[in-house]
Amino acid sequence: MAKLGLQQKLAILSDAAKYDASCASSGTSRRTSRDGTGLGSTTGSGICHAYAPDGRCISLLKILMTNFCIYDCAYCINRVSSNVERARFTPEEVVHLTLEFYRRNYIEGLFLSSGIIRSPDATMADMVRIAQILRQTHNFRGYIHLKTIPDADPLLIEQAGLFADRISINVELPTDAAVKSFAPEKSPDGIRRAMADVRLRKEASQDRSHTGKRPPKFAPAGQSTQMIIGADNSTDATILGQSTRLYSSYQLKRVYYSAFSPIPDATAKLPLIRPPLEREHRLYQADWLLRFYGFGVDEITAGRPDGNLDLAIDPKLAWALANRHHFPLEVNRASREMLLRVPGFGTKTVQRILTTRRHRSLRYDDLLRMGALMGKARAFVTLTDWSPRALTDSADLRARFAPPPEQLSLF
Amino acid sequence: MPTIALPMLHTDRAFRDAARGLLGAGVPPDAVLWQFNGNGGDLFADPPATVAPTAVTVPRAFVDLMNRVVWHSDPQRFARLYALLWRLRVTPGLMTDRGDPALAHLMRLDKDVRRDKHKMTAFVRFRDIGESADGNTRRRFAAWFEPSHCITEPTAPFFANRFGDMDWMIQTPHLTAHFESGALRFSPGAPKPPLPEDATEDLWRTYYANIFNPARLKIKAMTAEMPKKYWKNLPEAELIPGLIANAESRARAMQAAAPTLPPLRSDRIIARLPGQATPDALNGCTRCPLFANATQAVPGEGPDRAALMIVGEQPGDHEDLAGRPFVGPAGQMFDRLAQEAGLARDAVYVTNAVKHFKFTPQGKRRIHQRPDRPEIEACKWWLDGEIAAVQPRLIVAMGATAAYSLTGNGKTMTARRGTIETRRDGTPVLLTFHPSFLLRQPDATRRAADTALLRGDLALAARWLAGTA
Repeated sequence: MAKLGLQQKLAILSDAAKYDASCASSGTSRRTSRDGTGLGSTTGSGICHAYAPDGRCISLLKILMTNFCIYDCAYCINRVSSNVERARFTPEEVVHLTLEFYRRNYIEGLFLSSGIIRSPDATMADMVRIAQILRQTHNFRGYIHLKTIPDADPLLIEQAGLFADRISINVELPTDAAVKSFAPEKSPDGIRRAMADVRLRKEASQDRSHTGKRPPKFAPAGQSTQMIIGADNSTDATILGQSTRLYSSYQLKRVYYSAFSPIPDATAKLPLIRPPLEREHRLYQADWLLRFYGFGVDEITAGRPDGNLDLAIDPKLAWALANRHHFPLEVNRASREMLLRVPGFGTKTVQRILTTRRHRSLRYDDLLRMGALMGKARAFVTLTDWSPRALTDSADLRARFAPPPEQLSLF
Repeated sequence: MPTIALPMLHTDRAFRDAARGLLGAGVPPDAVLWQFNGNGGDLFADPPATVAPTAVTVPRAFVDLMNRVVWHSDPQRFARLYALLWRLRVTPGLMTDRGDPALAHLMRLDKDVRRDKHKMTAFVRFRDIGESADGNTRRRFAAWFEPSHCITEPTAPFFANRFGDMDWMIQTPHLTAHFESGALRFSPGAPKPPLPEDATEDLWRTYYANIFNPARLKIKAMTAEMPKKYWKNLPEAELIPGLIANAESRARAMQAAAPTLPPLRSDRIIARLPGQATPDALNGCTRCPLFANATQAVPGEGPDRAALMIVGEQPGDHEDLAGRPFVGPAGQMFDRLAQEAGLARDAVYVTNAVKHFKFTPQGKRRIHQRPDRPEIEACKWWLDGEIAAVQPRLIVAMGATAAYSLTGNGKTMTARRGTIETRRDGTPVLLTFHPSFLLRQPDATRRAADTALLRGDLALAARWLAGTA
């Protein structure tokens, strides 16, 4: 086989990495290189340096160390039984690309993942070495996200957490049964134990010792995970139930939902579908309602008997339409909890309403200025100068929001 | 009418000083003309006024707003800021009134500036311009950027913090920022300079083209965050039309392609994989539904032939994560009380009546739930196995769940605590409270009393084993 050049390797190994949705570079500790002894900074909030036409942001250099893999996961482009072209970066090549891209302000840092070669420990050790060279040899202070391999030695995970800002382990699919059938070499139990281990290590790194000294930071931007949506037949209720469990059990920063998307050289075991992008979007909206708006899984998924979210309208609007007895709400008196449930009000709008109504009673135009989406909210609220009258209970209210029916695309 | 001329550089400081002076002198907003970088003044006005700044106290929120809005390109920004400042004298709460039209307008300008600054941090693209002739070994980079507002000065510190070990220059139409050997300075703006080609841009374009997934075209999502006005200075943007044009056919081709035969090596590799470690019997247990949500089953821990076995209710949050019993808050309390009661902690076998954690998720926490009878009975099989293997002389049942599993009687603990009942096989079972019952007790006096009772029961177990009770 002819030796591949850096550009060819980069093409193969970024193509292989694009099915990981996460590109976050936020939430880590603040660092700078103003003293001139290193390169890089983190500010707490991430920066998206470019956007691809798939609408996804490019914040990190997201690559695989290698796309050789000994596992045979049906949904994955890199599975052992696929005929895609294979390549492998040397650690020096990954370091070079990261630093040169960073110096030109293309990226916030590195998101390194890998196919599993030889053994989980050998692969993980190589990944940790790359992070170590970046941090220690080059004093790199940008963001590093390492995808860890659940079966790897806990000592390697510990080292990974010392060099990386974020650690992630993918649960891959919403249910254990789906993992068993599509990723037979992976163990859902092992994945959960690895996430539990990361949480315990992170918590231990936050405790001061009896002398008041703080141990070194462990993965300051926390851990996240990803599950593929639409490859198996799990309902949205199952998926959101699983997310709730993961958030509460392992203190995840994010659960990413990745619509199952066509891959080159797919397996006959898992026919390709049009990626369910709308479903992915509704799941993210529901995820936000669960985490920031005080909704429960049951409330969000109660609307439809099949346990799936309404694809035509957002889950908050769907809940409000199904629970109209709570509305219209008088914005000048309603509690924070109820204001958060008004379609068209975000958490920032609600905060603005609460601070402003201490001064005076609110009118329709005030809400417009505060960023409320009154096109949605108007049917559900009353104000000093606004009443929806019969609109709240009108039979065609849903039709006002749902997109008009259109002919299905053949694709 | 006083005309205030504000400079292009350090506009924030100049505006703040001027506004302080005007406010101190009691000049109303409609009596001031603001001039920026030689524009916007009144041709027939008095010569630019200089006013001595006086100390003024304003809310922090206004200072933050002002320090960003001054960089906006709206010619009215200074007048609007001063008008708001004028009103703040008599209405100090104004900054929290998000419905106020004047404040809302300034907030919009503020948002424009913040967005433009953010986009500058995102879309500046440096090119390597080679080492300098003077022997300086720091690497040198340069960039051309066209912001919508005058944000080069307030955004430059971001680049200084980020690229501390290299020299760089960012040229914009209104201002140029230089960072040399750790020092930041500014010089006037210039038209777009010719920058040398940089081979790394080809690598970047390769990355951009390959990280794009043609099966999920969302052009609007892209242009919302990366508006076309920035494209002309982004090396990767020239690829966008081609990527969009070919996306659908690429996605179709992937779907239409017939599955191929796996490569020959694939079967060999799969055959060589170490068989997946089958979970141990306890972790593979599906006797009750609790296995489905827990991380792992938590077995008992202690010497093989311990004289004393302690049985708790079920693993808690911490035990579930660590896979070991009695390591959470209740376990730590047990350790302390056991020590105070004179029990040799490492001679004791500790376990739980139920081996999986039962909980309901609530936000970022898991709320403990009591196992119900079918679950306790399903798990009794494992506890019986542990008792048969360890053969303790005495078992301490902590809490009603353990008591039910060991004696078949699930009645409340208050009346039974401190007594010794007998298991079916004749092993004596000493009943006591569970430490988490004490941790949940809100009343301090009662908690102290109950803690003393639990400690006393553990001491009783120690005496019983020593043959003195």
